[in-house]
Amino acid sequence: MRPAVAPLALLLAACGADPEAAADLPEPASVQGPAALRRLTAREYRNVIHDVFGEEVAIPWRLEPDVREAGLLGVGAASVSVTPSGLEDYEAAARGIVAQVVSPGRREAWVRCAPAGPTDDACAEATLARVGALLLRRPLEPDELAARVELSRAGATAFGDFHEGLGLGLSSLLLAPSFLFRAELTEPGVPQLTPLSLASRLSFLLWASAPDEALLAAATDGSLGTAEGLDLQVDRLIADPRFLRGVRSLFADLLQLDALDDVRKDEALFPAFDDALVVEAREQTLRTVEQVVDADDDIRTLWTTRQTALTRKLGLVYRQPVAAAEGWQDTRFPEDGPRAGLLTHVSLLSLLAHAGRSSATLRGRFVREVLLCDEIPGPPTNVDFSALEGTAAGPTARDRLTVHMRTPACANCHEAMDPVGLALEQFDALGAFRTEEAGALIDPSGELDGLVFDDAVGLGVALADHPALAPCLVDTVWRAATGRQVEPGEAPLLTWMDARLATSGHSLRALLRDVATSEAFRHVSGPREAAP
Amino acid sequence: MTAWTRRALLRGALGGTTVAVGLPFLEAFVGRGARAAVTAHPLRFGTWSWGCGVNPDRWFPAVTGSDAPFPVELAALTPWRHRLTVLSGFDAKLDGRPNFPHHSGVSALRSGVAPDADHTIPAASLDVLIAGAVGGSTPFRSLDLSATGRRSDTYSWVQAGVANPSDVSPLALYERVFGLAPSGGTGAPDPGLVLRQGVLSAVADDVKRLESRLGSHDRQRLDLYLTSVRQLERQLQLLAEPPDLAACQPTPPGEPDDTGTTLEQAVVTHKALVDVLVMALACDRTRVFNLVFSWGISELRLAGSNISQHQLTHDEPIDGALGYQPEATRFVLAAMDALAYAVERLASVPEGEGTLLDHCILLAHSETSLAKTHDITSLPMLVAGGGNGGLRQGQHLAGNGAPVSRVGLTLLQAMGLPVERWGQGALQTDRPVSDLLA
Repeated sequence: MRPAVAPLALLLAACGADPEAAADLPEPASVQGPAALRRLTAREYRNVIHDVFGEEVAIPWRLEPDVREAGLLGVGAASVSVTPSGLEDYEAAARGIVAQVVSPGRREAWVRCAPAGPTDDACAEATLARVGALLLRRPLEPDELAARVELSRAGATAFGDFHEGLGLGLSSLLLAPSFLFRAELTEPGVPQLTPLSLASRLSFLLWASAPDEALLAAATDGSLGTAEGLDLQVDRLIADPRFLRGVRSLFADLLQLDALDDVRKDEALFPAFDDALVVEAREQTLRTVEQVVDADDDIRTLWTTRQTALTRKLGLVYRQPVAAAEGWQDTRFPEDGPRAGLLTHVSLLSLLAHAGRSSATLRGRFVREVLLCDEIPGPPTNVDFSALEGTAAGPTARDRLTVHMRTPACANCHEAMDPVGLALEQFDALGAFRTEEAGALIDPSGELDGLVFDDAVGLGVALADHPALAPCLVDTVWRAATGRQVEPGEAPLLTWMDARLATSGHSLRALLRDVATSEAFRHVSGPREAAP
Repeated sequence: MTAWTRRALLRGALGGTTVAVGLPFLEAFVGRGARAAVTAHPLRFGTWSWGCGVNPDRWFPAVTGSDAPFPVELAALTPWRHRLTVLSGFDAKLDGRPNFPHHSGVSALRSGVAPDADHTIPAASLDVLIAGAVGGSTPFRSLDLSATGRRSDTYSWVQAGVANPSDVSPLALYERVFGLAPSGGTGAPDPGLVLRQGVLSAVADDVKRLESRLGSHDRQRLDLYLTSVRQLERQLQLLAEPPDLAACQPTPPGEPDDTGTTLEQAVVTHKALVDVLVMALACDRTRVFNLVFSWGISELRLAGSNISQHQLTHDEPIDGALGYQPEATRFVLAAMDALAYAVERLASVPEGEGTLLDHCILLAHSETSLAKTHDITSLPMLVAGGGNGGLRQGQHLAGNGAPVSRVGLTLLQAMGLPVERWGQGALQTDRPVSDLLA
């Protein structure tokens, strides 16, 4: 999280400046953080395979689990390694992918030569060199390539089939450290990413996937090193359909939607719940994000928009008719209804709840930590929970949580979290609307740092107006871009980006373009050394 | 010495850099106190953990020594009393660092280090140290399992910041451990396996090239990756050889493959996982395992209830007449039932003159004492099994406030590791719990 600085609005007021003037200032010089070695996240792994071999390739579901750090899997990726059981997963995944892509009908997509026989080193070499560069995001070293060609030949001889043999060489690329990890490299003594490392940073930020051949070419021919060449590539990447997929990946990570995989609800209490519902709930939210970004709307609209997309299955939980019997239908929540914005989506409501019960605390903490970048400390050491005994005193969550707010040790943090979460109490642990809990009327009113609201829709408006919302998004994008925590000295850089975002009409495209073309994005302090 | 053990020793000797060869290895193989014995069964180490502790007054025996009757929350284990040591009074010492709820205690217990931030892994856990020493001769260094349905529920920590993910599906576990059928008993190597090893060899060469351009933080991570590559190479080689142990009779799990968040589901999953695990041990597929029955911040519920175990430990009133939280306590009793099942299954596999349990050291523990207050003094721990004759059994030992790391040090030594000192700060110790050893 960003170290505390005076809010931008105050700074600007103090200087008598306006945001537009601040945004026109050049990028401030900034400190740099270390380069990252990031293991591909499961999403990135899937995207790369799809980009290289085609969308229809099924990716085995079991990969070594990603780990969230500083709010993002994309930051945890710079800490994790590959454990023995994780490597088993990757090896099985590689074999599963290879079995699909060497089959007739699929292999034509990536094998562009006709083998002369079961063994054909020239065809194997040409194929592995081309595909290998896409997978490893750089040209293969001669011995690296030779080893794969040799493997392919040994396999082709053993199996009596060129493509089966080639599959072995490909397997070996899919297990290579330079595939599973994206290494950001610098030339010794130069605190700047190599062009190829910059190309990967760009494509993983904007596409959540590896560079394509054009981007790799721009890195190797030097054009990415020029301001015009960089602009050209960034604009191309943002204009590409893969950009929206990158945005989806960014928001899936930011909103922690991967955690939905572990969400279970009590079958007796929530008969509508099943695994398919969770998958569709996540997709609904990502489609909504896509709608907003595709239209280049103010990104803060995410928290107020009634525009969304539903399936009939989701419609049952939303109690909203969906005309399409199959698939997705773009639709709106009713204008006078209780829902608007992502916080009222089944995805976040069911994620931020227990299996049987909603949780105002989890929901409030999410808004504070994830959306506003506040730091909420954990419960105090040896907290006296006896204050919470006899919470049967009142039927609603508000009754129960009032105890927290009356207990001094708890109050500091719960006063920040609970009033926010209580605004969402009209949605149960699954995300279905309700007006009562245990027979008592639910009061969803409250306030967010001085902004008073009546209910969840009002919370969304207050959130969208909150001065910390957009800077927190900037922070998060920066963490995702660099794979690390914000460095203490980076506040001026991020404040500059805040101002640029504000004057762009809060356009996520503009923010990502600014990040991708910034000086800071292509500089690092050097390799990352272990803590002493 | 049987053909099997000769082969195992040879594997150890050929293990190269990833296997500690020599006296510690031999000791681990035959076990402390059994060096002169004629039987030579591999010594196994396992952990078994449950979440949210116990009611100390109802769990710890009132007296120490060998005749201590088991109180009500240990009743399920009464049939195994003579095979267990109950440990009380071993504390997580934090050196003034915060007590991160459900984390600091287990971190002290498993890694000998008090963490300085929540949710962080400060150091390798003792099971990983043991697997590093004894796991190299089996296809799997360790098997890490959780009955909770979540792969992230694990206390098996490889190094700072890196955990071994848990297997949660009994069927997937079975496939993983036994799925690679031996090549028809003909002894002819499967060409596919040889080529898969070739794939891995090519990969290993890439690591060196990359490492030279990385900082130390990232080199350490690639070192672990390389260790994993080496392990998988060995695994492919070892799995190709059919197991020839009499007790090795794997059968696939019969239960429908489902996991979930109810206590009832966890009990079913746990049984199926234990059944596969016991066969994996009997077939010498691994010598180290970690099984999570329930997690610290446990989301397990009774079916139909809307309150999780963890929430109950904080919110449920203490029943005035009973003196404890009745609903939360049901989870403690269920955990001890499950542990009794695991012990019983280990004892059901004959090995030589004894059983698998005789050739095991099983550390069962929770991450707190009384969860309501996140108490991490007197962490509830049990050590089960004979340890190849190395362990004293059938007793209640009191630590009287000793650092919990003394238990970890004792078990490291009982497994034959040449470790004289373990833990950091107030948890650093060079004093094993000698009464735990035969």
